[in-house]
Amino acid sequence: MSYKRRCDGRGWDEIRPTEAKAGIIPNADGSAYFRMGNTAAYCAVYGPRELFPKFLQNPKTGIIRCHYNMLPFSGMGERIRPGGNRRAQEISLVMEKALSAVVDLSDFPNAVVDIYTDLPETDAGSRCVAINAAAMALADAGIPMKDMVSALAVGRVDDKIVVDLCYEEEAYEGGPVADIPIAVVHNTQEIALLQMDGEISKEELIRAIEMGRKAMEQVYEIQKKALKEKYQDA
Amino acid sequence: MGLLVKEKEIVIPGEVVADGDAKPSYGTYKDGDKIYSAFLGLVETNEGYVKIIPLSGCYLPKVDDKIIGRVIDILMTGWRMDTNSAYSAVLSVKEFVTSRYGGREDDLSRLIAIGEYVYVRIIKVTSQNLIDLSTAEPGLGKLKGGRVITINSHKVPRVIGKKGSMVTLIKEKTGADIKVGQNGVIWLRAENPDAELKAEKAIRLIEEKAHTEGLTQTVEAFLQ
Repeated sequence: MSYKRRCDGRGWDEIRPTEAKAGIIPNADGSAYFRMGNTAAYCAVYGPRELFPKFLQNPKTGIIRCHYNMLPFSGMGERIRPGGNRRAQEISLVMEKALSAVVDLSDFPNAVVDIYTDLPETDAGSRCVAINAAAMALADAGIPMKDMVSALAVGRVDDKIVVDLCYEEEAYEGGPVADIPIAVVHNTQEIALLQMDGEISKEELIRAIEMGRKAMEQVYEIQKKALKEKYQDA
Repeated sequence: MGLLVKEKEIVIPGEVVADGDAKPSYGTYKDGDKIYSAFLGLVETNEGYVKIIPLSGCYLPKVDDKIIGRVIDILMTGWRMDTNSAYSAVLSVKEFVTSRYGGREDDLSRLIAIGEYVYVRIIKVTSQNLIDLSTAEPGLGKLKGGRVITINSHKVPRVIGKKGSMVTLIKEKTGADIKVGQNGVIWLRAENPDAELKAEKAIRLIEEKAHTEGLTQTVEAFLQ
C-alpha cells in the first residue's frame, strides 16, 4: 500500500523511453540496436551458414543459435566477469525458444543462423530488450519469419500492477514484488516467453499479462518503424 | 483484389499485405483470408499474385542459375566450391569441359587450383541443398585475372537490369568484361585498371540504391 508513485514518475502502464535502430553493423548480415530506459542491446545476425560441428545439424530444418552477453562494464558499478555463466546460458536458451516461434528455416536444412546479442548497459528487463533487438536483426538479415516478436516485463510492486519494471522496482523492499518477462507474437498474440520471479496471485497475473499485451503494441510499433526507416532515407 | 498496402511499399515480417481474392506468391503466406509478409521487403503484384521482394538475405541455390564459385577443396573426381550461400557445391570433372584432363591418374589441381574462381551453372539441387555444377555451356569456365566482388544476391537483378540492360551499360561505358553470378559474386576485368575500378564503383552504387527508382539514369550520370 506504500508504493503510490513509480520511482521514475511513469504511469503504471507506461513503458520506459524506448528507441531502436536497424542495420547498424555493416559486417553482419543483419543487425539492430534496441534501448528501453537504461537497458540497451546490440544484436548481430550471421547466416544462414554452414553449421559445424556436424552433429548439431538438423537435416529437416535450419536452426538458430543465440548468444546473450552482458559486457563487463554494463552493470551497476560492479565489473561483470566476461564470458558465459549460468544466467547467460539460460537467457540464450529462452531467447532461442521465443524467436523460434516465428523463424522458419525449413528452406535451409543443416544450416544455422547465429544471433549475437551484447548488452553495453543493463538496468532491468535485459532479456526482453535482447529479444526485441534480435527479432529486428533477424528481419533485417532477410531471414524468413512468420511474424515479429516483441517482449516486455510486467509485474507487481507491492499492491500495484506495473509494466516494464526498472531495477529500483525489481529491488523494492517495501512489499512483495513479481517480475514477469513476456514475449508475444504480434498477429496471433501467442505467448513465446513467460517467466516469473517473485510472488503474484492468479488474478493479478492475468491482469498483468493483459496490461503487458497493450503496452507491447508500442514496442512493436517502434520495431516496425525502425526497420522501415533504414530504407526510407535513401 | 484487396491489396492493403501500396505497390512497392516496404513491409516487415507478419504485416498484412492483402486480403480477399489476392493470391499468395513468393515471400508471403496465407492464414484465413489474409495474406501476410514473411520477409522484410518490397510488395509487388502481378496478375492477382502478391509477392515480396526481400531487401536482404543470403543466396538460396536454384537449378539453372549461373553462379561464380570458388574452389575450396579438391575431391577424388571433382572440386568442392564455395557458392556464397549456406551450402557448398560439387563440380564433377565429367562436367568440366577441357581437353587437358588426363584420366584417373591426373592431378585435378593442375586444372583448377584451390582458391580459383569458376563461372558455373547449377544443374541439380536436392531437397537437402546438395548442389551439382557444370561448365558445359559457352561462356562458362575458369575465370582468369580481373577482380571478384561480392554483393547481396537479392540485388543481382538490378545489376543485370531488364534483359541485361544495366550490365551492358556498364560494359559499354567502361570497356570492362563482366560476369554476374546469381549468387552475388561478380567478376570484372578491364585492360585499364581505372576502368575496372570505375565498373566496380558503379556496381557498388547499384547495390546501395537498388530499391530506388530511376536507377539507370543515376548509373548513367555516374559513368559520364
